[in-house]
Order: sequence, then C-alpha cells, then structure tokens
Amino acid sequence: MSAQSALLKEIAGPAGQDLNAQALRADARRESLRLLALLAPSLFLVCAIIIVPIGWLFWLSLFDETGAFSAANYARFFEQASYIKTFISTFKVAFIVTGACVLLGYPLAYMLSQLPRRAASICLIFVILPFWTSVLVRTYAWLVILQRKGLINSWLIDLGVISQPLSLANNFSGVVIGMTHILLPFLVLPLYASMKTIDTDCLRAGMNLGAGPAATFRQVFFPLSLPGLASGVVIVFVLCLGFFVTPALMGGGKVVMWAMRMEQTTSLYSNWGAGAALGVVLLVVTLALLGLFQWLLGARATGVWSSR
Amino acid sequence: MNRIRNVSVVAIAGLVAAFAVPAVAADTITVASWGGTYQEAQTKAFFKPTADALGITIKEDTTNGLDDVRLQVTGNAVKWDITELGADECARGSKEGLFEKLDYGIIDKSGINPKLVHDDWVGISYTSVVLIYRTDVFGDKGPKTWADFWNVEKFPGRRALSSSQATETLSVAALASGLPIDKVYPVDVDSALKSVDKIRGHVDAWWTSGAQAMQLVKDGEVDMASIWNGRAGTLKKAGAPVSFSFDQGVLTADCMVIPKGAKNKEAAMKALAMFVSPQLQANLPLYVDNGPVNEKAFETGKIPPERIKDINSAPENVKKQVLQDAEFWRDNLVEATEKFNNLIQQ
Repeated sequence: MSAQSALLKEIAGPAGQDLNAQALRADARRESLRLLALLAPSLFLVCAIIIVPIGWLFWLSLFDETGAFSAANYARFFEQASYIKTFISTFKVAFIVTGACVLLGYPLAYMLSQLPRRAASICLIFVILPFWTSVLVRTYAWLVILQRKGLINSWLIDLGVISQPLSLANNFSGVVIGMTHILLPFLVLPLYASMKTIDTDCLRAGMNLGAGPAATFRQVFFPLSLPGLASGVVIVFVLCLGFFVTPALMGGGKVVMWAMRMEQTTSLYSNWGAGAALGVVLLVVTLALLGLFQWLLGARATGVWSSR
Repeated sequence: MNRIRNVSVVAIAGLVAAFAVPAVAADTITVASWGGTYQEAQTKAFFKPTADALGITIKEDTTNGLDDVRLQVTGNAVKWDITELGADECARGSKEGLFEKLDYGIIDKSGINPKLVHDDWVGISYTSVVLIYRTDVFGDKGPKTWADFWNVEKFPGRRALSSSQATETLSVAALASGLPIDKVYPVDVDSALKSVDKIRGHVDAWWTSGAQAMQLVKDGEVDMASIWNGRAGTLKKAGAPVSFSFDQGVLTADCMVIPKGAKNKEAAMKALAMFVSPQLQANLPLYVDNGPVNEKAFETGKIPPERIKDINSAPENVKKQVLQDAEFWRDNLVEATEKFNNLIQQ
C-alpha cells in the first residue's frame, strides 16, 4: 500500500493525490471482497470439514466414560510409561524416515530436473507409478522381500554372504524401509517442481563469475531448491506421524506408532474421548513442531525469496 | 426327539417362507461378519439357506468389531441388522446398551451353552486359540503345551503371540504358568502378566490379525505361534509343514447381536433364529473349521463322523480346552488390556 501511495504521489502530484488515493483504496477493498467471495466456498469447506470436527475432537477428549468433565484421558499418558515410549518412537521413526527420504529423494529430484523434458516425464511416471497400487499391497510386497525366508535373505545366503538370515522385517528397520518407499514420492514431487523453476541463468551467472560446478551447486542451486525441499520434508514428516498400515505390518508389533495406539485406544474404551485425547496430543505437538520449523526456516526462506 | 424338533423347525421355516414370500419379498437385511473364508463359509452355511427359507434378501458387509457398532449406534446411523462380534465384545456392548433385546420366543436357545445366551446377544460359533509349530523345524517333537512354548531353553526358536487379543494371550499365559484348564478362570491378571513378562523378550513378532499370524508361520518368519484354529487348519490343508492340536486350546466364542435401532429388527430376529438352529449350525463345519455353538448340531447327522474330531466345539475337544469367560472380560478387559499393552510396548 505504501509503495502504491508513493507511486501515486509521483503521478498525480499534490492536488489530485487524495482523490486518487481514495479511489484506489476503494478499488482495493472491492478487489479483496471479490477475492473473499471467490474463496468463500473453499473456506466454508475447510471450516466444515476440518475446523468443526477438530474442535469437536478437542471437546470430546475432555470427557470420561461416565460423560463427566475430566482430564482422565490425558492423565493416562503420564501415568503409563508406554504412551511416552510410543510417542518417542513415533517421532524417531518420523525423523529417520524423513532423513532417508531426503537422502534418497534429493539426488533423484536433482537428476530428474536436469534430464531433458521427455526423459524426465518418463522417469516421473516411475516415481508416480507406485501411487497406483495400494499401500497395503506395497507393504506386503516388502514383507515378501525382507522377511527371513524372503528374497534378500535367500539371495544373500545362497551367495554365501551371510549364514544366518538378517532381521529386516518385523522390527524397526522393516518399518523404516517400508515407510521410506511409500513416502519418497511425496518428497520428490514438490522438490522436482521447485527445482524445475530454478532459473538456469542464475547457474550460468554463477559459473560466469568463476564458481566451479560444486560451488555453483552449493551456493546457487541448493539454496534455491530449499523451499521445495522444505515443503517436501514437511509433507513427509507429517504423513509419517500419522502412519498406520506399514508400521502395523512391518513392525511385528514391536514398533508401536501413535496411530496404532489410537486404534487400540478407540476400540478399547467405550468413550471416544480416550482416542480423541491421543489425536489432540499428536495434533498439538505436530503443529508446534511445524511452527518451529517454519520459524527456523523462515529466515532462510525469506533470504532465498528476496534474492530471486 | 431332537431330530423331530429339527425337522419341525425346518418345516415351520418352510411354511413361513411359503406364506411370507409374497408379503415380505422386499425384505432385505444386512449382516456383517469378519469377511474372508470365515464369512464365505457363513454365507453358504447360514445366510443363503436362511434367505431362501425366509424369502428375504441378505446383504453382507464386514465389521471391525465393537467400535463399528458403537459408532453406528451412537451416531444414529445403524446400517446393519445383525452383526457378529467376539463374545467379550458382546458382553461389553451389552453393558453399554448398544444392542436390541433378543426374543427367545423366536430364537430357540436349547443346545447353546448358557454362558453364551444373554438378553441381547447369543453365541454363533467357536474359534480356538491353539499352539502351532513348524514340523520342518521341530519334527513331531515340537512344543505341545504353553509351558513348552514358554520354555526357551528346551524349545529354542522364533515365537509369535497375539498383541491385539490381549485376553487370549493372557489366558495362554495363565496356562503357561502351569494352571490346569479348569483353574484359569477367573484369570489372575497380575500373575498372567508376570507370565507374559517372562516370554515377551523372546517374542519375535506380535500379531494383530489372523492373516498376519498365518503369514508369519507360513513364511517361516516364526517357528511357533499362537493362532486361531481356522487359520491353522487352512495352513495345514495348504500343505504347510505345521502341527497343532486342541490340547490347552483357548475356546473363544463369537456372538451375534442386533444393533440398537436396526431397521429390520423383526426379519433380523427370524434370521438369527435360523442361524443358531441346529440344522444350519451343522452346516458351518462343512465349510470352515470354526465349530458350531449349538451342540445339537452334532446330533443332526449332517456332520460326517470323521470330521467331528477336527471340530473345536465337538464335545471331545471342548474337554481339552479353556472356555473364555465373556462376562469376566466384560468387567476386566479394559484394565487388563491397558496393562498388557504397557507391558509388551515397554
């Protein structure tokens, strides 16, 4: 607005300044109202589908079995050590899987972004293809590959590399492998999209100024790809926190994630509040972490955007 | 006497059908069960003959258990007229008032264990939790009792137990601590938990579904496991190198209920009466290993004698097993399950 009025001052001169400014302000108001009207249906949907049910979830979590107002559903977390343990292992899995996705996904997205368009779109199909199969099927497929008498172990034993089968499934490593595979596209796609928008002139300019390929990548390409990486990381991390099927099947009951605990609690207690409280705790902690993430990345991201 | 009664039941059903067909031809009820081969067997044993006899259409759905019913009833969106549950779920749901009262003027309860006949729920079939082991690992000298299963020195190997069915695993743990089958109930939860504590470090996988238990054993991921007899029988029939018996099995009943607010209550009541009748109950073991809940089914002559020894609820086999006490778990399940989860998730 201030930039606009400064501009106005120059164009209109001191006399017509007020009048024009008013007209412009009115125009801006109309514009934003029109935008609001256009947004109204989706705002309404967000409200009806997300805000109201979540508010209800909060509300439900405050009542015990008898319908009385109480904090019993939350007190359970502190009374029983296993809830804390479940919580920690959920975040541990989320951090490790997100890290694995970044390590595998960044080079992949980088390669895709450097390929000619035709080749890239063919490769992208391979990235998207797994989405066409259900998570359940893919998880069972991993079980077939990773279990004691599975493909990997029988090959390694036949090749004489190992004599005892490796424990790859029904434990922590199984969960991480299965989840990384399923979540990888969620990191690659936004990252690829943002890498494609990086202006190659910037890279050429860097080279022109004497930076080698490595320095250009480090000082120009990588910072410019950060917003895409950040959104990929956030998507993967949040999806991890709510994962159910893969850890339930690949963890052999030894890796219990928060969503599995929610399922147990919901079927165990007759009041929805017990399960709702778990949902509330996860939601609050996730939002807090996202806020922190945003804040940490905020400085970097603004720097990146303003440099463009 | 029984034969005559049974014949008359069928005759009455036939009469009902003959008169009722034009009037209630549009009657449709929805029955929910567990899906899979079990429900396919129920379709052939119960649903199809009932639909034919009563002239109604039986639509099928699958359930996840009590929380599904609770969701439908408390949300005023009851879409099922009859649903199957585990007996402990029936007992808990009954306490929560989720089911319609059953009319034992229509449903003939004779032949059903009185422990499974209640105001608003009735038994429908039996499943046993049995000990299965791989014969390619142990030959025929595998663990035969739960005490053997707990004995990691004498029977080294990989083990799986159920984590989703805490009540069954606790019963098994009580047996493992040396209790005779008639002393398991009422379960001393704390000492059963101590027994679980002894084995939990040696459990390589905790299963949460029958399919998972089957897969673990079939693929050799574990050498011994607790498993439902239906799944064990399927493995054996498929040629997997496994062995199991009903000794020290834990007999758990499934039950059926009419959820509160069911839209076709009357037709559902008649259908349920047919499902538990000896004639249709006797069909069940022809298709699946889950035993009939009505012991008169064994007197119908429909079940071949050589098949009877493989049925978990045959009188001979019942003697070897512990019957899960639904009413005990109604009052103790939540606390015991919470403690059990805490223990194994430590």
